[in-house]
Amino acid sequence: MSVDLSQFIPSFLEESFEGLELMESSLLNLEQGDDETINSIFRAAHSIKGGAGTFGFNGVTEFTHLVETLLDEMRDGRRNIEQNDIEILLESVDCMRLLIEAIRDETECDSNKITETSMLLEHTLALDNSVPANANENSVSTSASDSDDALSKWQITFIPEHHLVQTGNDPLFLFNALADLGELILDANCKELPALNDIDAEELYISWQLTLSSKASEAEIREVFEWVADECQLVITKEETIDELASIEPEATGDSSKEAIINGQVESTAEQHVSSAISADKNSSPPPSEKTANKAKNDLGSIRVGVDKVDSLINLVGELVITQSMLSELGNNFDLSKVEKLNAGLEELLQNTKELQESVMRIRMLPISFAFNRFPRLVHDLSKKTGKEIELILKGEQTELDKTVMEQIGDPLVHLVRNAVDHGIEPAEVRIAAGKSPKGTITLNAFHQGGNIVIEINDDGGGINRQAVFDKALEKGIVDASTTLTDTQIFDLLFEPGFSTAKELSDISGRGVGMDVVKKNIQSLGGRIQVESETGVGSTFRINLPLTLAILDGQLVKVGSETYIIPLITIVESLQPQKDLINRVSGDMVLYRLREDNVPVIPIYSLFNIASEFKDIESSLLVVVEADGQKIGLMVDDLLAQQQVVIKSLNDNYQQVEGISGATILGDGSVAMILDVSGIILMAHKKSELDQKHKKNMHFTPTQQISEGANV
Amino acid sequence: MDIQMLAEEIPVEGEHSLEGIDFITSGEQYLAFLLGEEQYAIDILCVEEIRSWENPTQIPNSPNYIKGVINMRGIIVPIVDLRMKFNIGKVTYTDTTVVIVLTVETTDKTRTIGFVVDAVSDVLNVDKSEIKPAPAFGGYVPQNYLEGLVNAGDNVVTILNVKALQAVEPHKLS
Amino acid sequence: MTKVLVVDDSNSIRDMVSFTLKSAGYETAEAKDGQDGLNKAKSTAFDLVISDVNMPIMDGIELCQELRKLPNFKFTPILMLTTESSGDMKMRGKAAGATGWLVKPFNPEKLLATIKRVVR
Repeated sequence: MSVDLSQFIPSFLEESFEGLELMESSLLNLEQGDDETINSIFRAAHSIKGGAGTFGFNGVTEFTHLVETLLDEMRDGRRNIEQNDIEILLESVDCMRLLIEAIRDETECDSNKITETSMLLEHTLALDNSVPANANENSVSTSASDSDDALSKWQITFIPEHHLVQTGNDPLFLFNALADLGELILDANCKELPALNDIDAEELYISWQLTLSSKASEAEIREVFEWVADECQLVITKEETIDELASIEPEATGDSSKEAIINGQVESTAEQHVSSAISADKNSSPPPSEKTANKAKNDLGSIRVGVDKVDSLINLVGELVITQSMLSELGNNFDLSKVEKLNAGLEELLQNTKELQESVMRIRMLPISFAFNRFPRLVHDLSKKTGKEIELILKGEQTELDKTVMEQIGDPLVHLVRNAVDHGIEPAEVRIAAGKSPKGTITLNAFHQGGNIVIEINDDGGGINRQAVFDKALEKGIVDASTTLTDTQIFDLLFEPGFSTAKELSDISGRGVGMDVVKKNIQSLGGRIQVESETGVGSTFRINLPLTLAILDGQLVKVGSETYIIPLITIVESLQPQKDLINRVSGDMVLYRLREDNVPVIPIYSLFNIASEFKDIESSLLVVVEADGQKIGLMVDDLLAQQQVVIKSLNDNYQQVEGISGATILGDGSVAMILDVSGIILMAHKKSELDQKHKKNMHFTPTQQISEGANV
Repeated sequence: MDIQMLAEEIPVEGEHSLEGIDFITSGEQYLAFLLGEEQYAIDILCVEEIRSWENPTQIPNSPNYIKGVINMRGIIVPIVDLRMKFNIGKVTYTDTTVVIVLTVETTDKTRTIGFVVDAVSDVLNVDKSEIKPAPAFGGYVPQNYLEGLVNAGDNVVTILNVKALQAVEPHKLS
Repeated sequence: MTKVLVVDDSNSIRDMVSFTLKSAGYETAEAKDGQDGLNKAKSTAFDLVISDVNMPIMDGIELCQELRKLPNFKFTPILMLTTESSGDMKMRGKAAGATGWLVKPFNPEKLLATIKRVVR
């Protein structure tokens, strides 16, 4: 018999992480006498311990046992809830998370922190250094300890109390279990049976005398009666050892007729249970060879989907089926009189498809609370570390976004929140001097806007010091002294690589990842970030993200015979170039004057080496796009429709292509490439460098035409 | 109850779908096709489907033998013109020009790629022992693509190595 | 076919128990807490109930007491899944009407062997 336990491990991991999150957030809100909260924390720890034990993760079981014991004391009111204990428990949650992450990643985890924290826990529990009872007890397998492997004849007297069957126990099954141990002879005693009129059908009046020939130990036999031990009289006697092997020592046989303990003894059965449970635990831990195989499975990732979402899908599919059968019936004998019906049917099909698409997308959507819920703890810790008193307000936690986007937005958010604590909120004395409440406030807010989700990180701190930012940029050589910059441009400097306004690197936000990484991460998700700040009032970082990575709002454009898709979120504007705004500089570079900006023009046809209808900028159209803070004008033949497209990877069967982020399938079934604006800017850079080298070698510029990619 | 045992009794779909072929023939089956005047063949088990030629969507800055990508039931499939890749025959697109779509599993992933050939000619039953090594000189087709030669009537058919074909297209990013 | 109601707030444990039982030819229904389990028990008859003790909303002890009040469940075996190795929780379970218990951690073999003591 083997059930592969490893298949349940991903779900164990998932619920353990959920449990840890619940423990953490509850601990942060825990107040004296809040029984419900402490109970739910206890339950979460308890479930993790139970699961870990079942799946053979003893490290987690042992550690969690300590946590659970502490929580149990709090729950029972044996211990007051001290702030200190909460800090230890929060540390413990971190340790449990490390341990469980190590299981997920199949790595060893940093045992120092675990050891320290478990010592701390033991100290708190005023335990001496003895190991916790349940987890570490040296197990002696019951069968090994007292079975001498010889067939014995056991006499068992079983006198159940009359109400025995009322808890669902049935002597028949007990006897079956005994029969599994060996050969069983039954002798029923009906002396207690009352007269027919007095019989209560729900009572048991019979007792039994059983003879069992078995190799089983007394403990094994006793275990069969474990559940009824307090509801019966039980006498177990070893009658004789049947000599199977000549080599059995005579002393053993002599000893064996000793009478065993009478009557159900809870103590002995309990002990026995522990040891058998531990041996079971050993069996369940998978052999090391299976580990590599498990890893792939754990990596797959899963989504827990609410039944309502699935139901709505099923409903929609149902409607789709109806529409389909209606349409096919219509098609069976079609004539022109039915055109109207056909149109109505197609309209319905369109509606169904759209709803189906939305529902399917919703499956991947999770409330942003999954990303937000780590912040109470983070701010709690940061507040302790900096000595700044801070209140965290979370808004719009139910706003949904794609699971993948959620996973990738977590780190940037953490950085921004750290930043707000570190640089945003002023120390209490400064705040008091400025007439503000000494307690700072950080607000995280999420809401939907169009097809995007907006996440705002707001602090009521001192605002961004524009002069300090400018000076710093000057010092780093990012700007020169003569430049005048707008507020927006100054704030954009914050996202320049290597920029940091902190006077000294603090251990909170100065961790090597800069705001430039934050911006890059957000951009790689197809989003953008903006800053607003008012001196003395505070700052807001606003992140705009697409709701999902699987679908994109695109502008279809034509170049020669090819259709390309430009992500709508990157487009600043599309325009018909005016002759007087076109400037050719340094040979063959074309710049287009867009208000105060000079935008380099990049002809798609030349970049991609394809034929095009127009080779001159005057007859083409310009789509001005922005990525990585750089605007460029993409030169295309024509603008087509705007539509949502499903993103497909080129990588599956082919490879990554420069300047292309993926492909999609258009309404006519053909494939269209999706442009990667950042990639195109990089390509243009490389190309112009290459061209310059080339020209140096040639000492000759062959064409005045704008056939080459151009850039600053 | 032993689940392992039960699991072993459950028929594997793949095994059954091959049953028909196994009963008819001994040895391996190969799909033969034409590149110019020459006959080539590939392991039929890797053939996903045979499609008529359609204009694919170009992939920017790809080698000339990569004609682009097509949509095959929602999957984006790259199309390689074998004639251009191997420099065989004239590259024309006619009514008989077909695309053989192969699916090849390698250790880390499964790739589906379409190959343009002049025409599909036959299905050959070939016993492994009949496959002779290809001469190690001459010819446009690089040696690593060749699995061997086999006689089919008066013709010599070159058997191509699908694994090598599968690895043919990745080109260096410029 | 023997029908078993599995009540546990932990998805992994519930899945594991249910999967093991199904593999062994039992029919199963699942509930994620005592209240959920009680509701299911009110609408369907079961040959066996396996329930966790520690659960939100309604714990296993209360579930057991409530089940015993239902005429259908007067003699139905109820097994408690406990992590407590002390006798205390077992006795509380028995007092509430539980048939027996299975101490976590357990493995599928142990689970099936234990079940055999109360159902066919």
